[in-house]
Amino acid sequence: MRTREKSYVADHVNDLSPSGIRRFFDLASQMGNVISLGVGEPDFVTPWNVIEASYHSLERGYTAYTANAGLLELRQEINNYLNKNYHVSYNPENQILVTVGASQAIDVAFRAILNPGDEVIVVEPSFVAYAPAVRLAGGIPVTVDATEEFAFNVQADQIEAAITSRTKAILLCSPNNPTGAVLSKQELEAIARVVEQHDLLVISDEIYADLTYDETFTSFAAINGMAERTILVSGFSKAFAMTGWRLGYAAGPKEILAAMTKIHQYTIMCAPTMAQHGALEALKNGMDSVKEMCISYRQRRNFVVKALQDMGLSCHVPGGAFYVFPSIERTGLTSTEFAEQLLQEQRVAVVPGDVFGKSGEGYIRCSYATSMKQLEQAMKRMRTFVEAKIN
Amino acid sequence: MEEKELELLKLLEKNGRLEVETIAQMIDLSVADTKQMMEKLEKENAILGYSTLVNWGKVLQYEGVTAMIDVKVTPTRGTGFDKVAERIYRFPEVKALYLMSGAYDLSISVEGKTMMEISRFVSDKLSTLDNVVSTTTHFVLKKYKHDGIIFDDEDDQDRRMMVSP
Repeated sequence: MRTREKSYVADHVNDLSPSGIRRFFDLASQMGNVISLGVGEPDFVTPWNVIEASYHSLERGYTAYTANAGLLELRQEINNYLNKNYHVSYNPENQILVTVGASQAIDVAFRAILNPGDEVIVVEPSFVAYAPAVRLAGGIPVTVDATEEFAFNVQADQIEAAITSRTKAILLCSPNNPTGAVLSKQELEAIARVVEQHDLLVISDEIYADLTYDETFTSFAAINGMAERTILVSGFSKAFAMTGWRLGYAAGPKEILAAMTKIHQYTIMCAPTMAQHGALEALKNGMDSVKEMCISYRQRRNFVVKALQDMGLSCHVPGGAFYVFPSIERTGLTSTEFAEQLLQEQRVAVVPGDVFGKSGEGYIRCSYATSMKQLEQAMKRMRTFVEAKIN
Repeated sequence: MEEKELELLKLLEKNGRLEVETIAQMIDLSVADTKQMMEKLEKENAILGYSTLVNWGKVLQYEGVTAMIDVKVTPTRGTGFDKVAERIYRFPEVKALYLMSGAYDLSISVEGKTMMEISRFVSDKLSTLDNVVSTTTHFVLKKYKHDGIIFDDEDDQDRRMMVSP
Protein backbone atom coordinates (compact mmCIF):
# COMPACT_ATOMS: atom_id res chain seq x y z
CA MET A 1 0.00 0.00 0.00
CA ARG A 2 1.20 3.52 -0.73
CA THR A 3 1.87 5.66 2.32
CA ARG A 4 0.21 9.03 2.53
CA GLU A 5 2.52 11.71 1.29
CA LYS A 6 0.60 14.90 1.31
CA SER A 7 -1.34 16.69 4.01
CA TYR A 8 -5.04 16.62 3.36
CA VAL A 9 -5.64 19.73 5.40
CA ALA A 10 -6.36 22.81 3.34
CA ASP A 11 -3.46 25.26 3.07
CA HIS A 12 -5.33 28.20 4.51
CA VAL A 13 -6.22 26.13 7.56
CA ASN A 14 -2.70 24.80 7.93
CA ASP A 15 -1.50 28.39 7.83
CA LEU A 16 -3.59 29.41 10.83
CA SER A 17 -1.54 29.25 13.99
CA PRO A 18 -3.27 27.71 16.98
CA SER A 19 -4.35 30.10 19.73
CA GLY A 20 -1.66 30.89 22.30
CA ILE A 21 -4.31 30.42 24.95
CA ARG A 22 -4.31 26.70 24.31
CA ARG A 23 -0.65 26.31 25.26
CA PHE A 24 -1.20 28.17 28.47
CA PHE A 25 -4.23 26.11 29.28
CA ASP A 26 -2.14 22.94 28.99
CA LEU A 27 0.56 24.36 31.25
CA ALA A 28 -1.84 25.51 33.96
CA SER A 29 -3.96 22.37 33.92
CA GLN A 30 -1.00 20.17 34.79
CA MET A 31 -0.34 22.00 38.06
CA GLY A 32 -2.10 21.79 41.37
CA ASN A 33 -3.17 24.62 43.67
CA VAL A 34 -3.49 27.10 40.82
CA ILE A 35 -5.69 30.17 41.15
CA SER A 36 -6.82 31.01 37.68
CA LEU A 37 -7.36 34.57 36.51
CA GLY A 38 -7.26 33.21 33.00
CA VAL A 39 -10.89 32.37 32.55
CA GLY A 40 -12.83 34.27 29.90
CA GLU A 41 -16.27 33.51 31.23
CA PRO A 42 -18.45 34.39 34.24
CA ASP A 43 -17.96 32.57 37.53
CA PHE A 44 -21.70 32.66 38.10
CA VAL A 45 -23.88 29.72 37.19
CA THR A 46 -26.77 30.63 34.86
CA PRO A 47 -29.69 32.16 36.84
CA TRP A 48 -32.01 29.42 38.07
CA ASN A 49 -35.14 30.75 36.36
CA VAL A 50 -33.37 30.39 33.00
CA ILE A 51 -32.30 26.82 33.72
CA GLU A 52 -35.78 26.01 34.96
CA ALA A 53 -37.42 27.47 31.85
CA SER A 54 -35.20 25.33 29.67
CA TYR A 55 -36.14 22.20 31.68
CA HIS A 56 -39.74 23.11 31.29
CA SER A 57 -39.44 23.45 27.51
CA LEU A 58 -37.94 19.96 27.37
CA GLU A 59 -40.71 18.56 29.55
CA ARG A 60 -43.29 20.03 27.22
CA GLY A 61 -41.55 18.33 24.33
CA TYR A 62 -39.98 21.32 22.58
CA THR A 63 -37.23 19.17 21.13
CA ALA A 64 -37.63 19.86 17.41
CA TYR A 65 -35.95 22.42 15.14
CA THR A 66 -37.05 26.01 15.31
CA ALA A 67 -37.25 28.43 12.40
CA ASN A 68 -33.81 28.93 10.82
CA ALA A 69 -33.52 32.40 12.23
CA GLY A 70 -34.62 31.21 15.68
CA LEU A 71 -37.92 31.31 17.58
CA LEU A 72 -39.84 34.36 16.44
CA GLU A 73 -40.81 35.10 20.03
CA LEU A 74 -37.13 35.13 20.99
CA ARG A 75 -36.29 37.45 18.12
CA GLN A 76 -39.07 39.76 19.26
CA GLU A 77 -37.68 39.75 22.79
CA ILE A 78 -34.18 40.41 21.46
CA ASN A 79 -35.53 43.42 19.60
CA ASN A 80 -37.36 44.66 22.72
CA TYR A 81 -34.22 44.27 24.76
CA LEU A 82 -32.00 46.05 22.22
CA ASN A 83 -34.56 48.77 21.85
CA LYS A 84 -35.09 49.35 25.55
CA ASN A 85 -31.44 49.23 26.56
CA TYR A 86 -29.53 50.42 23.52
CA HIS A 87 -32.06 52.41 21.51
CA VAL A 88 -31.76 50.42 18.32
CA SER A 89 -34.66 48.79 16.57
CA TYR A 90 -34.95 45.85 14.18
CA ASN A 91 -37.69 43.96 12.45
CA PRO A 92 -37.76 40.57 14.22
CA GLU A 93 -39.11 38.98 11.04
CA ASN A 94 -36.08 39.63 8.87
CA GLN A 95 -33.37 41.57 10.69
CA ILE A 96 -32.40 39.27 13.54
CA LEU A 97 -30.66 35.88 13.40
CA VAL A 98 -30.25 33.66 16.47
CA THR A 99 -26.88 31.91 16.32
CA VAL A 100 -24.76 29.36 18.13
CA GLY A 101 -22.94 31.87 20.29
CA ALA A 102 -21.77 35.29 19.18
CA SER A 103 -18.80 33.46 17.65
CA GLN A 104 -20.99 31.88 15.00
CA ALA A 105 -22.62 35.23 14.30
CA ILE A 106 -19.17 36.67 13.58
CA ASP A 107 -18.22 33.73 11.38
CA VAL A 108 -21.44 33.93 9.38
CA ALA A 109 -21.15 37.70 9.09
CA PHE A 110 -17.71 37.47 7.48
CA ARG A 111 -18.76 34.66 5.19
CA ALA A 112 -21.76 36.67 4.10
CA ILE A 113 -19.89 39.84 3.22
CA LEU A 114 -16.36 38.96 2.14
CA ASN A 115 -15.15 38.33 -1.38
CA PRO A 116 -11.72 36.71 -1.65
CA GLY A 117 -9.07 39.29 -0.81
CA ASP A 118 -11.39 41.76 0.89
CA GLU A 119 -9.82 43.42 3.87
CA VAL A 120 -11.27 43.72 7.35
CA ILE A 121 -9.78 46.10 9.86
CA VAL A 122 -9.38 44.30 13.17
CA VAL A 123 -8.52 46.30 16.25
CA GLU A 124 -5.98 44.64 18.51
CA PRO A 125 -5.49 43.58 21.27
CA SER A 126 -8.60 41.55 20.60
CA PHE A 127 -10.45 38.32 21.15
CA VAL A 128 -8.39 35.58 19.52
CA ALA A 129 -10.98 34.43 16.99
CA TYR A 130 -11.51 37.57 14.90
CA ALA A 131 -8.53 37.45 12.55
CA PRO A 132 -8.83 33.67 11.96
CA ALA A 133 -12.55 34.11 11.24
CA VAL A 134 -11.70 36.71 8.58
CA ARG A 135 -9.11 34.38 7.02
CA LEU A 136 -11.43 31.37 7.04
CA ALA A 137 -13.94 33.47 5.14
CA GLY A 138 -11.35 34.30 2.49
CA GLY A 139 -10.63 37.82 3.73
CA ILE A 140 -7.48 39.52 4.90
CA PRO A 141 -7.34 40.92 8.43
CA VAL A 142 -5.60 44.28 8.70
CA THR A 143 -4.51 45.09 12.22
CA VAL A 144 -4.81 48.44 13.93
CA ASP A 145 -3.48 48.81 17.45
CA ALA A 146 -5.51 50.27 20.26
CA THR A 147 -2.93 51.68 22.62
CA GLU A 148 -2.92 52.53 26.30
CA GLU A 149 -2.30 56.17 25.35
CA PHE A 150 -5.99 56.35 24.36
CA ALA A 151 -7.17 54.02 27.09
CA PHE A 152 -7.01 51.10 24.65
CA ASN A 153 -9.63 52.68 22.42
CA VAL A 154 -8.94 52.80 18.71
CA GLN A 155 -9.04 56.30 17.24
CA ALA A 156 -10.84 57.21 14.03
CA ASP A 157 -7.68 58.49 12.33
CA GLN A 158 -5.90 55.20 13.00
CA ILE A 159 -8.71 53.39 11.25
CA GLU A 160 -8.66 55.85 8.41
CA ALA A 161 -4.93 55.33 7.92
CA ALA A 162 -5.47 51.57 7.51
CA ILE A 163 -8.14 51.86 4.84
CA THR A 164 -7.27 50.68 1.32
CA SER A 165 -9.35 50.15 -1.81
CA ARG A 166 -9.95 46.57 -0.62
CA THR A 167 -11.28 47.48 2.83
CA LYS A 168 -14.78 46.13 3.29
CA ALA A 169 -15.44 46.27 6.98
CA ILE A 170 -14.22 47.12 10.45
CA LEU A 171 -14.59 44.86 13.44
CA LEU A 172 -15.13 46.67 16.73
CA CYS A 173 -15.46 45.11 20.16
CA SER A 174 -16.56 47.34 23.01
CA PRO A 175 -16.46 46.67 25.93
CA ASN A 176 -13.33 44.89 24.91
CA ASN A 177 -11.80 41.53 25.64
CA PRO A 178 -8.93 41.61 26.78
CA THR A 179 -8.57 45.29 27.77
CA GLY A 180 -12.02 46.07 29.20
CA ALA A 181 -11.95 49.35 27.25
CA VAL A 182 -15.25 50.98 26.33
CA LEU A 183 -15.50 53.28 23.33
CA SER A 184 -17.20 56.55 24.18
CA LYS A 185 -20.04 58.00 22.15
CA GLN A 186 -17.70 60.69 20.78
CA GLU A 187 -15.15 58.11 19.67
CA LEU A 188 -17.87 56.07 18.00
CA GLU A 189 -19.17 59.14 16.21
CA ALA A 190 -15.71 59.91 14.89
CA ILE A 191 -15.37 56.35 13.63
CA ALA A 192 -18.85 56.61 12.10
CA ARG A 193 -17.74 59.59 10.00
CA VAL A 194 -14.86 57.52 8.59
CA VAL A 195 -17.18 54.59 7.95
CA GLU A 196 -19.61 56.78 6.06
CA GLN A 197 -16.94 58.53 4.06
CA HIS A 198 -15.37 55.29 2.88
CA ASP A 199 -18.64 53.43 2.51
CA LEU A 200 -17.71 50.65 4.94
CA LEU A 201 -19.53 48.17 7.09
CA VAL A 202 -18.98 47.63 10.82
CA ILE A 203 -19.28 44.38 12.68
CA SER A 204 -19.84 45.48 16.23
CA ASP A 205 -19.29 42.79 18.84
CA GLU A 206 -21.29 44.05 21.82
CA ILE A 207 -21.33 40.84 23.84
CA TYR A 208 -20.19 42.68 27.01
CA ALA A 209 -22.58 45.63 26.61
CA ASP A 210 -24.51 44.91 29.81
CA LEU A 211 -21.29 44.70 31.80
CA THR A 212 -20.39 48.37 31.68
CA TYR A 213 -19.56 50.01 34.99
CA ASP A 214 -19.01 53.73 34.75
CA GLU A 215 -20.56 55.32 31.71
CA THR A 216 -23.65 54.25 29.82
CA PHE A 217 -22.86 52.02 26.91
CA THR A 218 -23.51 53.28 23.38
CA SER A 219 -24.16 50.79 20.62
CA PHE A 220 -22.45 51.56 17.35
CA ALA A 221 -25.75 50.86 15.58
CA ALA A 222 -27.34 53.66 17.61
CA ILE A 223 -25.03 56.28 16.13
CA ASN A 224 -26.82 58.42 13.58
CA GLY A 225 -26.86 56.73 10.16
CA MET A 226 -24.99 53.63 11.32
CA ALA A 227 -27.87 51.14 11.70
CA GLU A 228 -27.74 50.42 7.98
CA ARG A 229 -23.98 49.92 8.11
CA THR A 230 -23.72 47.80 11.24
CA ILE A 231 -24.00 44.12 11.95
CA LEU A 232 -24.61 44.12 15.68
CA VAL A 233 -23.36 40.90 17.26
CA SER A 234 -24.18 39.91 20.80
CA GLY A 235 -25.37 36.99 22.87
CA PHE A 236 -26.26 35.55 26.22
CA SER A 237 -22.91 34.14 27.30
CA LYS A 238 -21.44 36.96 29.31
CA ALA A 239 -24.23 39.07 30.80
CA PHE A 240 -26.51 36.15 31.60
CA ALA A 241 -23.70 33.74 32.49
CA MET A 242 -24.73 31.33 29.74
CA THR A 243 -21.46 30.53 27.96
CA GLY A 244 -22.08 26.79 27.71
CA TRP A 245 -25.52 27.29 26.20
CA ARG A 246 -23.92 28.62 23.03
CA LEU A 247 -26.48 31.21 22.14
CA GLY A 248 -25.93 34.52 20.43
CA TYR A 249 -27.46 36.63 17.72
CA ALA A 250 -26.81 39.10 14.95
CA ALA A 251 -28.98 42.05 13.98
CA GLY A 252 -28.56 44.36 11.04
CA PRO A 253 -29.66 45.43 7.59
CA LYS A 254 -32.23 43.17 5.95
CA GLU A 255 -30.14 42.29 2.92
CA ILE A 256 -27.12 41.21 4.96
CA LEU A 257 -29.21 39.31 7.48
CA ALA A 258 -30.91 37.44 4.65
CA ALA A 259 -27.48 36.40 3.36
CA MET A 260 -26.35 35.38 6.84
CA THR A 261 -29.54 33.40 7.40
CA LYS A 262 -28.95 31.59 4.13
CA ILE A 263 -25.51 30.40 5.31
CA HIS A 264 -26.86 29.58 8.75
CA GLN A 265 -29.67 27.55 7.20
CA TYR A 266 -27.29 25.40 5.18
CA THR A 267 -24.70 24.92 7.90
CA ILE A 268 -26.44 24.93 11.28
CA MET A 269 -30.17 24.77 10.53
CA CYS A 270 -31.01 26.55 13.76
CA ALA A 271 -29.57 27.27 17.20
CA PRO A 272 -30.37 24.66 19.88
CA THR A 273 -34.05 24.82 20.77
CA MET A 274 -33.72 24.27 24.52
CA ALA A 275 -31.13 27.03 24.73
CA GLN A 276 -33.47 29.36 22.87
CA HIS A 277 -36.20 28.71 25.42
CA GLY A 278 -33.76 29.48 28.21
CA ALA A 279 -32.72 32.69 26.48
CA LEU A 280 -36.34 33.74 26.16
CA GLU A 281 -36.73 33.53 29.93
CA ALA A 282 -33.41 35.33 30.38
CA LEU A 283 -34.66 38.32 28.40
CA LYS A 284 -38.12 38.32 29.97
CA ASN A 285 -37.15 37.92 33.62
CA GLY A 286 -33.40 37.91 33.88
CA MET A 287 -32.37 41.56 33.90
CA ASP A 288 -32.37 41.77 37.71
CA SER A 289 -29.85 38.94 37.84
CA VAL A 290 -27.73 40.75 35.27
CA LYS A 291 -27.77 43.91 37.37
CA GLU A 292 -26.73 42.00 40.48
CA MET A 293 -23.88 40.26 38.70
CA CYS A 294 -22.84 43.58 37.22
CA ILE A 295 -22.53 45.15 40.67
CA SER A 296 -20.45 42.23 41.83
CA TYR A 297 -18.11 42.54 38.83
CA ARG A 298 -17.72 46.26 39.41
CA GLN A 299 -16.74 45.71 43.05
CA ARG A 300 -14.22 43.10 42.06
CA ARG A 301 -12.85 45.33 39.33
CA ASN A 302 -12.33 48.10 41.86
CA PHE A 303 -10.57 45.70 44.18
CA VAL A 304 -8.27 44.22 41.54
CA VAL A 305 -7.31 47.52 39.90
CA LYS A 306 -6.35 48.97 43.28
CA ALA A 307 -4.43 45.85 44.27
CA LEU A 308 -2.48 45.83 41.00
CA GLN A 309 -1.66 49.52 41.27
CA ASP A 310 -0.59 49.04 44.89
CA MET A 311 1.89 46.36 43.91
CA GLY A 312 3.47 48.74 41.43
CA LEU A 313 1.92 47.81 38.11
CA SER A 314 0.39 50.51 35.98
CA CYS A 315 -3.18 49.56 35.29
CA HIS A 316 -5.79 51.62 33.51
CA VAL A 317 -9.30 51.35 34.89
CA PRO A 318 -11.38 49.25 32.50
CA GLY A 319 -14.92 50.51 31.96
CA GLY A 320 -16.48 47.16 31.13
CA ALA A 321 -16.24 43.38 30.62
CA PHE A 322 -14.46 41.46 33.39
CA TYR A 323 -10.81 41.88 32.54
CA VAL A 324 -8.00 44.14 33.62
CA PHE A 325 -4.98 44.60 31.38
CA PRO A 326 -2.09 45.85 33.50
CA SER A 327 1.30 46.77 32.06
CA ILE A 328 4.09 44.53 33.30
CA GLU A 329 6.81 46.61 31.71
CA ARG A 330 8.34 47.53 35.07
CA THR A 331 9.21 43.91 35.78
CA GLY A 332 11.48 43.79 32.73
CA LEU A 333 9.81 40.56 31.62
CA THR A 334 7.96 39.80 28.42
CA SER A 335 4.29 38.91 28.73
CA THR A 336 4.96 35.23 28.24
CA GLU A 337 7.88 35.20 30.70
CA PHE A 338 5.76 36.98 33.26
CA ALA A 339 2.84 34.61 32.88
CA GLU A 340 5.01 31.48 32.92
CA GLN A 341 7.09 32.53 35.89
CA LEU A 342 4.05 33.69 37.83
CA LEU A 343 2.46 30.32 37.22
CA GLN A 344 5.60 28.39 38.22
CA GLU A 345 6.52 30.47 41.23
CA GLN A 346 3.17 31.55 42.66
CA ARG A 347 0.62 29.30 40.99
CA VAL A 348 -1.47 32.11 39.55
CA ALA A 349 -2.63 31.76 35.95
CA VAL A 350 -3.00 34.90 33.83
CA VAL A 351 -2.97 35.18 30.06
CA PRO A 352 0.02 36.85 28.34
CA GLY A 353 -1.16 39.93 26.44
CA ASP A 354 0.52 39.05 23.15
CA VAL A 355 -1.93 36.17 22.73
CA PHE A 356 -4.43 38.90 21.81
CA GLY A 357 -2.19 40.46 19.18
CA LYS A 358 1.32 41.87 18.97
CA SER A 359 0.32 45.12 20.60
CA GLY A 360 -0.68 43.17 23.71
CA GLU A 361 2.99 42.51 24.43
CA GLY A 362 3.99 44.11 27.71
CA TYR A 363 0.61 43.43 29.27
CA ILE A 364 -1.23 40.54 30.87
CA ARG A 365 -4.92 39.82 31.01
CA CYS A 366 -6.38 39.07 34.42
CA SER A 367 -10.00 38.05 34.60
CA TYR A 368 -11.81 39.06 37.77
CA ALA A 369 -14.71 36.72 37.08
CA THR A 370 -13.76 34.66 40.09
CA SER A 371 -14.69 34.75 43.78
CA MET A 372 -13.41 37.52 46.06
CA LYS A 373 -11.74 34.86 48.18
CA GLN A 374 -9.75 33.66 45.19
CA LEU A 375 -9.01 37.21 44.05
CA GLU A 376 -7.66 38.22 47.45
CA GLN A 377 -5.39 35.21 47.50
CA ALA A 378 -4.30 35.75 43.88
CA MET A 379 -3.45 39.40 44.51
CA LYS A 380 -1.33 38.44 47.55
CA ARG A 381 0.59 35.91 45.50
CA MET A 382 1.04 38.32 42.59
CA ARG A 383 2.26 41.01 44.92
CA THR A 384 5.00 38.74 46.24
CA PHE A 385 5.99 37.90 42.67
CA VAL A 386 5.91 41.43 41.29
CA GLU A 387 7.75 43.02 44.21
CA ALA A 388 10.57 40.54 43.82
CA LYS A 389 10.84 41.34 40.10
CA ILE A 390 10.67 45.10 40.44
CA ASN A 391 13.29 45.35 43.17
CA MET B 1 -23.16 58.19 49.62
CA GLU B 2 -26.41 56.35 50.30
CA GLU B 3 -25.65 54.11 47.36
CA LYS B 4 -22.31 53.16 48.91
CA GLU B 5 -24.01 52.43 52.22
CA LEU B 6 -26.34 50.06 50.45
CA GLU B 7 -23.42 48.39 48.73
CA LEU B 8 -21.56 48.05 52.01
CA LEU B 9 -24.58 46.55 53.77
CA LYS B 10 -25.18 44.04 51.03
CA LEU B 11 -21.54 42.97 51.04
CA LEU B 12 -21.50 42.54 54.81
CA GLU B 13 -24.82 40.76 54.82
CA LYS B 14 -23.31 38.16 52.53
CA ASN B 15 -19.97 37.96 54.28
CA GLY B 16 -19.55 39.56 57.71
CA ARG B 17 -15.88 38.68 57.74
CA LEU B 18 -14.84 40.84 54.79
CA GLU B 19 -11.94 43.02 55.89
CA VAL B 20 -12.56 46.75 56.00
CA GLU B 21 -9.62 47.26 53.65
CA THR B 22 -11.15 44.90 51.11
CA ILE B 23 -14.57 46.50 51.34
CA ALA B 24 -13.01 49.92 50.91
CA GLN B 25 -11.32 48.79 47.70
CA MET B 26 -14.47 47.16 46.40
CA ILE B 27 -16.71 50.17 46.88
CA ASP B 28 -13.99 52.64 45.96
CA LEU B 29 -13.78 54.55 49.25
CA SER B 30 -10.91 55.25 51.60
CA VAL B 31 -10.43 52.86 54.50
CA ALA B 32 -11.14 55.67 56.98
CA ASP B 33 -14.41 56.60 55.27
CA THR B 34 -15.46 52.97 55.13
CA LYS B 35 -14.77 52.49 58.83
CA GLN B 36 -16.69 55.63 59.63
CA MET B 37 -19.62 54.45 57.54
CA MET B 38 -19.68 51.11 59.33
CA GLU B 39 -19.59 52.76 62.73
CA LYS B 40 -22.43 55.04 61.76
CA LEU B 41 -24.53 52.12 60.55
CA GLU B 42 -23.79 50.23 63.76
CA LYS B 43 -24.80 53.22 65.84
CA GLU B 44 -28.04 53.56 63.90
CA ASN B 45 -28.70 49.84 64.47
CA ALA B 46 -28.80 49.29 60.72
CA ILE B 47 -26.02 46.81 61.42
CA LEU B 48 -27.14 44.75 64.42
CA GLY B 49 -24.29 42.29 64.58
CA TYR B 50 -21.89 40.02 62.72
CA SER B 51 -22.77 36.38 63.09
CA THR B 52 -21.78 33.07 61.56
CA LEU B 53 -24.19 30.76 59.83
CA VAL B 54 -23.49 27.30 61.23
CA ASN B 55 -24.71 24.12 59.66
CA TRP B 56 -25.29 22.29 62.95
CA GLY B 57 -26.13 19.14 61.04
CA LYS B 58 -22.40 18.85 60.37
CA VAL B 59 -21.52 18.98 64.06
CA LEU B 60 -21.71 15.47 65.46
CA GLN B 61 -21.95 16.22 69.15
CA TYR B 62 -24.63 18.85 68.60
CA GLU B 63 -28.17 17.80 69.26
CA GLY B 64 -30.90 20.26 68.61
CA VAL B 65 -34.40 20.63 67.26
CA THR B 66 -36.03 23.53 65.50
CA ALA B 67 -39.75 24.11 65.37
CA MET B 68 -41.90 26.62 63.57
CA ILE B 69 -44.96 27.55 65.58
CA ASP B 70 -48.03 29.29 64.17
CA VAL B 71 -49.76 31.27 66.87
CA LYS B 72 -53.17 32.91 66.94
CA VAL B 73 -53.40 35.73 69.47
CA THR B 74 -55.84 38.40 70.60
CA PRO B 75 -54.26 41.78 70.06
CA THR B 76 -54.32 44.23 72.98
CA ARG B 77 -56.05 47.54 72.71
CA GLY B 78 -53.53 50.32 72.27
CA THR B 79 -50.49 48.18 71.60
CA GLY B 80 -51.90 45.73 69.05
CA PHE B 81 -49.68 42.72 68.57
CA ASP B 82 -46.50 44.35 69.85
CA LYS B 83 -47.04 43.68 73.55
CA VAL B 84 -47.76 40.00 73.18
CA ALA B 85 -44.98 39.67 70.62
CA GLU B 86 -42.54 41.08 73.12
CA ARG B 87 -43.74 38.65 75.81
CA ILE B 88 -42.82 35.89 73.41
CA TYR B 89 -39.60 37.10 71.78
CA ARG B 90 -37.95 37.78 75.13
CA PHE B 91 -37.68 34.02 75.65
CA PRO B 92 -34.14 33.11 74.60
CA GLU B 93 -35.25 29.91 72.87
CA VAL B 94 -37.27 32.02 70.44
CA LYS B 95 -34.89 32.61 67.53
CA ALA B 96 -37.24 34.45 65.21
CA LEU B 97 -40.67 36.00 65.44
CA TYR B 98 -42.76 37.50 62.67
CA LEU B 99 -46.22 39.04 62.48
CA MET B 100 -47.97 37.38 59.56
CA SER B 101 -50.90 38.05 57.30
CA GLY B 102 -53.28 35.15 56.75
CA ALA B 103 -54.65 32.31 58.86
CA TYR B 104 -52.62 32.98 61.99
CA ASP B 105 -50.89 35.98 63.53
CA LEU B 106 -47.41 35.18 64.75
CA SER B 107 -44.83 32.86 63.30
CA ILE B 108 -42.21 31.73 65.79
CA SER B 109 -39.01 29.84 65.22
CA VAL B 110 -37.90 28.03 68.37
CA GLU B 111 -34.76 26.08 69.02
CA GLY B 112 -34.33 23.51 71.76
CA LYS B 113 -32.18 20.52 72.64
CA THR B 114 -35.00 18.00 72.38
CA MET B 115 -38.59 17.76 71.23
CA MET B 116 -39.56 17.52 74.88
CA GLU B 117 -37.92 20.80 75.61
CA ILE B 118 -39.85 22.51 72.84
CA SER B 119 -43.15 20.93 73.78
CA ARG B 120 -42.61 22.10 77.36
CA PHE B 121 -42.04 25.61 76.04
CA VAL B 122 -45.27 25.45 74.07
CA SER B 123 -47.43 23.98 76.80
CA ASP B 124 -45.95 25.81 79.80
CA LYS B 125 -44.87 29.18 78.44
CA LEU B 126 -46.53 29.95 75.17
CA SER B 127 -50.06 28.57 75.28
CA THR B 128 -50.61 29.77 78.83
CA LEU B 129 -50.20 33.42 77.85
CA ASP B 130 -53.50 35.30 78.17
CA ASN B 131 -53.50 36.60 74.61
CA VAL B 132 -52.60 33.32 72.95
CA VAL B 133 -55.65 31.65 71.46
CA SER B 134 -54.07 28.65 69.75
CA THR B 135 -50.75 27.19 68.62
CA THR B 136 -49.71 24.77 65.88
CA THR B 137 -46.20 23.37 66.14
CA HIS B 138 -44.22 22.07 63.13
CA PHE B 139 -40.87 20.41 63.71
CA VAL B 140 -38.15 20.99 61.13
CA LEU B 141 -36.88 17.74 59.65
CA LYS B 142 -34.10 19.07 57.44
CA LYS B 143 -32.64 22.44 56.59
CA TYR B 144 -31.94 22.92 52.90
CA LYS B 145 -31.37 26.63 52.74
CA HIS B 146 -31.17 29.41 55.32
CA ASP B 147 -30.69 33.14 54.83
CA GLY B 148 -29.94 32.62 51.16
CA ILE B 149 -27.29 29.99 51.76
CA ILE B 150 -27.73 26.44 50.53
CA PHE B 151 -26.66 23.83 53.08
CA ASP B 152 -24.62 20.93 51.73
CA ASP B 153 -24.03 22.72 48.47
CA GLU B 154 -21.96 20.27 46.50
CA ASP B 155 -22.33 22.65 43.61
CA ASP B 156 -19.89 25.07 45.10
CA GLN B 157 -17.09 24.16 42.73
CA ASP B 158 -15.65 25.76 39.64
CA ARG B 159 -16.56 23.75 36.59
CA ARG B 160 -14.88 26.10 34.14
CA MET B 161 -11.77 25.36 32.13
CA MET B 162 -8.73 26.87 33.77
CA VAL B 163 -7.81 29.17 30.88
CA SER B 164 -10.12 30.25 28.08
CA PRO B 165 -10.27 33.08 25.53
